[in-house]
Amino acid sequence: MMLVFALFFILPLCFVVMVSFWDYNEYQMIPRFTTRGYYESFEGCLTKLPELCTMLATYVKTVKLCLIVWLFTFLIGFTVAYFLAFHVRSKTWQIALSLLCTIPFWTSNVIRMIAWIPLLGRNGLVNTGLMDLGITHEPIEWLLYSEFSICLALVHLFTFFMIVPIFNSMMRIDRRLLEAAYDAGATGWQTLWNIIIPLCKPGIVIGSIFVITIVMGDFITIGVMGGQQVAAAGKIIETRLNALQFPAAAANAVILLAITFLIITMLNRLVDIRKEL
Amino acid sequence: MREGRPKSFYLLAAFFAAYVLFLYGPMFAIFVLSFQGPQGGLTFPMNGFSLHWFAKLFAGNGIVDIGAALRRSLALGLVVMLITVVLSVSAGMAFRKKFQGSSILFYAAIASLIVPSIVTSLGIALEFRIIDDLFKNYISSDWQTGMGLFTSGLGAHLTWTLPFGLLIMFAIFNRFDSRLEEAARDLGATPWQSFRFVVLPIILPSVIGIALFGFTLSWDELARSSQAIGSVNTLPLELQGLTTTVTNPDIYALGTVTTGVSFIVIGLCLGVILLLQRRQKKFGSDAGKGV
Repeated sequence: MMLVFALFFILPLCFVVMVSFWDYNEYQMIPRFTTRGYYESFEGCLTKLPELCTMLATYVKTVKLCLIVWLFTFLIGFTVAYFLAFHVRSKTWQIALSLLCTIPFWTSNVIRMIAWIPLLGRNGLVNTGLMDLGITHEPIEWLLYSEFSICLALVHLFTFFMIVPIFNSMMRIDRRLLEAAYDAGATGWQTLWNIIIPLCKPGIVIGSIFVITIVMGDFITIGVMGGQQVAAAGKIIETRLNALQFPAAAANAVILLAITFLIITMLNRLVDIRKEL
Repeated sequence: MREGRPKSFYLLAAFFAAYVLFLYGPMFAIFVLSFQGPQGGLTFPMNGFSLHWFAKLFAGNGIVDIGAALRRSLALGLVVMLITVVLSVSAGMAFRKKFQGSSILFYAAIASLIVPSIVTSLGIALEFRIIDDLFKNYISSDWQTGMGLFTSGLGAHLTWTLPFGLLIMFAIFNRFDSRLEEAARDLGATPWQSFRFVVLPIILPSVIGIALFGFTLSWDELARSSQAIGSVNTLPLELQGLTTTVTNPDIYALGTVTTGVSFIVIGLCLGVILLLQRRQKKFGSDAGKGV
C-alpha cells in the first residue's frame, strides 16, 4: 500500500514541484532551472496593481466560488444530517435513508451534471414552466452555462461530503446530554447552538476540508456546467496542459496546492483529524 | 425522549424530501429523455417513446467506440476493486498495531484524498513522461510509452479508492471486539486460521462495501484519469468529451447505461451484504440463548 502511494502519489507530487521550475518551449520541456513557469503566469500583475490581473482575478473568483458552495453544502448538509441523526428513530430507517443519500455518490458525476441540461436549458423545464406561468416572457439565459449553474451542480454533487462526517459526529453525541439540556429547560434552538454544534465541530471541519479541496481543484464541473467559458484555478491547469506547457501547468498546480494547504492548515487548527476516526 | 413528534420533525422531513428530490430529480429527467423517439431533442417534451437512441449507441456508428470504452472501464474497475480490497484489508489489519511508518502511511492516504485530483493526475503524467524519456535515452530508442490503462491509469485510480478503503477499515476495527481473536488464539488457532474463520466472516459485509466503493469510484472516475490514462479513454472521459460536441439524446442513453451498471453493482453488493448479515444472525452467535 505504501508502495502504491509512493509511486502514484508522493513521487508524482515531487515531480510536479520539480517540473514547475523547468524551462519549456513550444513542444517539449527542458530540464533547466528557471522560474519562468511562475512569472509568466503573473506577467503584468505588478504593474497593473491595484487592479487585479487576469490570473489573480481567476484565483480570487475560485475562492469566492468555493465559499459560496461551502456555505450551501454546509447548510444543506447540516440540516440533512441533523434530521437523520436526531429525528429518524428506527435504526432500519436511518440506514435506508442514509443509503438513499449515498447511492448517487456511487454513480457518475458527469451524468449528474448533464442531467441539469434538460432542466436548465433555454427550452428546458424551468424556462418553459416559468413562461407558461407567465412569470417571464423570454427564456432566462443565465440558468445554464453560467456561474449559477456551476454553483448548483457543485452543491448537488458534493453535499454528500458534508453529510457523512457531520452525521458521523452527531451519532457520537451522548443522547443523555440532550435530555439533560431539555430537563434544564433549554429550548430546541439553545440545545442546537450550545450542545450539538460545538460537538459536531470535528465533522463540520472534515466536511469543509473535503468540499473546499474538491471545489478548489475542480475543472470538470466548471468546464461542463460553465460551457467551457468560465475560468477557475483548476481550469488554468487544464488549459496549460492542453497546450502542452507542462512546466507552466505544474507551476499553477503548485500554487493551487499551496492555497489548498493554507486553507486546510487553518481548518486543522480547529480539530485533530486523526482523533476523530 | 419526548413523546410524539415535534413540529420541527415535519419541517425537517420536508426538507429532507426536497433534498432527495434535488438529488434524484435531474437524474430521472435524463432517464426518461433517453427513451424518447427518433425525432426527440435534448429537452422536454418527449417526442414519442422508443429505444432508438440505445440502438444507435450500440450500433457504434457514432463519434466514438462506446463498446470498447465500456469494456475498458469495466476491466479497469474490476482490477481496481480487487487491489483495493486486498490492500485495504491487509493495511487495516496492520494498523491495529503500531508499526513503523504507520503515521506516514496514514497521512499519505489522507493527503491523497484531499490533494486536488488534477494535481495528482498531472504529477502521474509527468512521472511517466520523465520515465519514458529515460527509457528512450538510455535503454532502447524504440520504447513507446509506459503510460496506459493498467499502469498510470490504474495507479491514478488507486490513489482515489485506497484512502476510502482504508477509512472504512478504520471504522470497522474501531468497533471490532478483539477478545474474539484472543479466544481463537487460546483455542489454538494459527494466525491465519483466526483471520480466516473469525475475523474475516465478521468483517465480510464491510469488505463487500469496500469493493463497492472500489468499483464505483473507479467506474466513474474522471479528474484523475484525465491526464494519466494514456492514449485510450475510459467511459466517463468519453462522456465528458461528448458533452461539448453532441446534441443528440444518445448522450442521455449513454448516461442511462452507465448509471444502470452502477445501480446493478450497488444492488448486487447491498444484496450480498444483507444476505451475509442474515447468515450472521442465523449462525453467528448463540450468546444469551442459554445453549
